[in-house]
Amino acid sequence: MSDKNKLYGLSALFSRPDDIIKAANKIANTGYTNWDVHTPYPVHGMDNAMKLKPSKLGFVTLIFGLTGMTTALLLAWFTNSFDFPLVIGGKAFFALPAYIPITFELTVLLGTVITIIAMLSLFFLLPNNNHVLHDTEYMKKVSVDHYGLVIECIDPIYDGVKVKELLRSLNPVSIIPIYEKERVRYPLFEPKFITFLISVAITVSIGTYILLNKLMFIVPFNWMMEQDKIIPQSRSQLFNDERGMRTPVEGSIARGFIPYLYKDIEEPVSYLSNPLIPSENNLILGKKKYLTYCSPCHGNYGDGDSRLHGQFPNPPTLHSNRIRNFEDGRIYHVITNGRNIMPSYASQVDRGERWAIINYIRVLQKAKNATESELEMITKENNQDVSN
Amino acid sequence: MSQTDLNYQKKELPKNLNTIGFILLTIGVVLGVVAFMVDQTRASFNYLLSYTFLISIAVGALFLVALEYVTNADWSVPFRRIVEIFAGLIPYLAILVIPLLFSMHDIYHWTHEDVVAQDEILQGKSAYLNIPFFITRVFVMIGIWYLFYFILSRNSIKQDSTGDQALTKINIRLSAVFIPVFAVTISITAFDWLMSVNPHWFSTIFGVYYFSGTVIAVLAALTIAVVLLKEKGYLHSRLTGDHLYSLGALMFAFLVFWAYIAFCQYLLIWYADLPEETMWYLQKWTGNWKIFSLLLIIIHFVVPFIALLSHPAKMNPKRLIFVSVWLLFAHLYDLYWMVMPEMPGLENGYIFSWIDFVFPVAAVGFVIIVFNMKANKENLIPIGDPKLKRGLDFHL
Repeated sequence: MSDKNKLYGLSALFSRPDDIIKAANKIANTGYTNWDVHTPYPVHGMDNAMKLKPSKLGFVTLIFGLTGMTTALLLAWFTNSFDFPLVIGGKAFFALPAYIPITFELTVLLGTVITIIAMLSLFFLLPNNNHVLHDTEYMKKVSVDHYGLVIECIDPIYDGVKVKELLRSLNPVSIIPIYEKERVRYPLFEPKFITFLISVAITVSIGTYILLNKLMFIVPFNWMMEQDKIIPQSRSQLFNDERGMRTPVEGSIARGFIPYLYKDIEEPVSYLSNPLIPSENNLILGKKKYLTYCSPCHGNYGDGDSRLHGQFPNPPTLHSNRIRNFEDGRIYHVITNGRNIMPSYASQVDRGERWAIINYIRVLQKAKNATESELEMITKENNQDVSN
Repeated sequence: MSQTDLNYQKKELPKNLNTIGFILLTIGVVLGVVAFMVDQTRASFNYLLSYTFLISIAVGALFLVALEYVTNADWSVPFRRIVEIFAGLIPYLAILVIPLLFSMHDIYHWTHEDVVAQDEILQGKSAYLNIPFFITRVFVMIGIWYLFYFILSRNSIKQDSTGDQALTKINIRLSAVFIPVFAVTISITAFDWLMSVNPHWFSTIFGVYYFSGTVIAVLAALTIAVVLLKEKGYLHSRLTGDHLYSLGALMFAFLVFWAYIAFCQYLLIWYADLPEETMWYLQKWTGNWKIFSLLLIIIHFVVPFIALLSHPAKMNPKRLIFVSVWLLFAHLYDLYWMVMPEMPGLENGYIFSWIDFVFPVAAVGFVIIVFNMKANKENLIPIGDPKLKRGLDFHL
């Protein structure tokens, strides 16, 4: 070794596990702190021989395991129970038993992956990705059939002569000094590395393509898709007409659906009355729904002056005397059933929203046709509000 | 290898152990007879629990012995004899079952012919669930267990004096046969004794569920025995914390296995939501049984899991004793939770009765007496076993 390189430490090699245990025990008793043992496999009893304290790595596992657990539970709760509650299989919104497997998986995954990352960063002292002992004769031997130990020269009580004597007294196979080498840099855009990346990308793409487009249709793997059950739109021999889907029994009503009973009645006004009071919240809702569904034809203020004016039979203004005299029930009937070219809006706007829209239309009508005295009154009220 | 090489001297167990056992057994039996006179149904159900508890320990112990032979394990050899002593309970199962056979009518309503006549489901199951076949199964299974126990333990004891290695080979082969036999018989035991309490209900994983509890119970009993005997110097002085650690780790593993199986059974039934399967769990969610069900998770999993989680805890004798006693109780509690909500009169919730505490006392007393009797007859260490030296040298 050249003298330019700094000495890292002195290493000793042993050929039997008993020797390394004895050696480790002796060095631990001498009081060195910066030293380590390398063996090709875990030698039982080494922790005690080296007088190692229990590893702190377990706490990393614990903390990140718990993090994984919390993450999984929070994710399941937020997506399935809070942000967008979905009924799945008739279970509760927060169906804990169903979340247990994924919670377990994420606990284990995060716990182990972070533990390994933490372990590697402790070994290499990140951001280094290399260790002095790598690529040495010493490492080649201790990863095959030798047991070695290294005393580093940064140890506070390191003394070259004494350490050599100590190691010699342990009867090792050989004693080798280890020198720090100049750090080798691995350029990121090396042709070899780029080629490697490209070949990985191609392999993964081909693999994915075969997996998704071919493998799924080969016999044992398609069992999940091709089951004996009847799926929608498919044929079935169960019934004479060979239809897999059955029409519901006459008179059956979907859950949560309330049928509109007055479809064929021309003027169902006597049955329908507005259940909503024109409170602020209802008007805000009505305005929102009006601007979404009604304004594209009837215009933002109900004048019938939208962009569509002149392209179709013109949508009527809502301020005509005829419509102003419509009762709430009649407008409701029109929204629900449609009229002339206007289609039914029953599937877009639910019952409460329809009544809210009607309340908002009344506000528009009043605003357009207010009398002078009414305007004066409003101005007066506004002034009072301001002065107060 | 002779006894002097091993530095093992056989000692008699203390006399008061036998006294304790007899006191417990006497209290248990006297109060048990009273219990049968006061409330026959409740007493029968409790007798069933304690009986299955004894099956757990006896047959589970035989399984542990076979497991050691099959896996060729070294570390457990120094206390294999203690497991064999626990397996020595097997012949007594044939006697202890007799009171249970007389009270079958109180426990199993599929034994009532008039009930079966009106019940289509029970008629369908009557080819399996009928009294003659049931009793045949019970005795045939005890016979099979006894046969395996007899040969395995005879060979093991013979080895003490001869040190013949061929005996170990015979036992390995025999154990390899026993393991699948055990898998079938322990499932049938669970189905017959425990599942048929509610004959309408079924769960294919139930045998595994009972098995997982069984192994926990026998490991707990073994740990108590090993720790106590070791501290009093009845076992070999070279047994170290590493041996205890392995026991603790195995117990910990089966603890998690139990939770895994229990949750598997629950999750599948909960997800499929079929009325013929959910009724068993719904029964355990009725009234204050709900508290029992929630407590089961804490008692049988959470507390022992945390208590055994850390590395030093599995080597700490005091902690091991605590967890083992706790787990024995947990296994009884598990059995209680499985069976008692089905008892007529307790459908709507738990009602306190002193009878519940009587039979476990008798069972514990009985185990102590049998243990004491067997332990004084034999060496506590299989001194002739060729693997013993490796077992004592065992280090983590």
